[in-house]
Amino acid sequence: MSKKEFLAQLRKGLSGLPKEDIEERLAFYSEMIEDRMEEGLSQEEAVMAAGDAAEIAAQIVADTPLLKIAKERIRPQRRLNSWEVVLLALGSPIWLSLGIAAAAVVFSLYLSFWAVIISLWAVFASFAVCAVGGILACVVFIAGGKNASGFAMLAAGIICSGFSILMFMGCRAATKGTLKLTKKTAIWVKDRFIGREEA
Amino acid sequence: MDIQLKRGLLEVCVLAAIKNEDSYGYKIIKDMKPYIELSESTLYTILKRLEASEMLTVYSMEHGGRLRKYYRITDLGRRRIEDFRQEWKEMLAIYRFVTKEDEGNE
Repeated sequence: MSKKEFLAQLRKGLSGLPKEDIEERLAFYSEMIEDRMEEGLSQEEAVMAAGDAAEIAAQIVADTPLLKIAKERIRPQRRLNSWEVVLLALGSPIWLSLGIAAAAVVFSLYLSFWAVIISLWAVFASFAVCAVGGILACVVFIAGGKNASGFAMLAAGIICSGFSILMFMGCRAATKGTLKLTKKTAIWVKDRFIGREEA
Repeated sequence: MDIQLKRGLLEVCVLAAIKNEDSYGYKIIKDMKPYIELSESTLYTILKRLEASEMLTVYSMEHGGRLRKYYRITDLGRRRIEDFRQEWKEMLAIYRFVTKEDEGNE
């Protein structure tokens, strides 16, 4: 692959990023390749040493904050003419509210995910409290001479502590899973933003 | 290695590579190669971060009919290296403590 092809491929992969960022990256890789060639490598070898353009681009995009990419996408490619501005303004009651609604749906989905997790943790906490309570009640009953009730309370306490341990493991897994899912979703959204121009 | 630790180490390595004279991307990678492998993308990210935290400055100079970016360490960057030396002394003391028992058993 020639240097030109490599840089073109890299540019394509980075197409969703701000223009200045892309130019700076390309200049950096271009300088690297030329420095390698100056050392005696052929162009082919120098490009090979730089790595796979698509892979590099994917890594850069994954490391770029989503907000930066979204901002770049929203910015119009050319200046709007006056008619478009008027239409945009007239249409604002529609598109603005639709946009807000869409954002609200996404936000509430995210929130309800976490609400489920928080309630799972609450169940865990209540089991744990019951376990402690059961054991305390056992001590109180036995001290009061009611051995049968005391042992029943102890048994209940032990059962609750068993449940709470299970709940704890489940809660932890659910929390971790949701965090992972959030990250994956962010990468997926980025790919959507960028993918359009790659196709 | 812990990712946070590695990131910090790489930053100091890059600062060390430009400590004695201003350097450019490819030379930094080449100078570090015997000690630690660094990909170009990683170097780029580190250079950006060091520039943002004012530990180095960047300037362009003509070289062989093209522009090449050079990196120069700042006083803040030198202080970072000095801090690293101090931190490392403490780390070494901890390391000796951690491994002391193993040697005794052997």
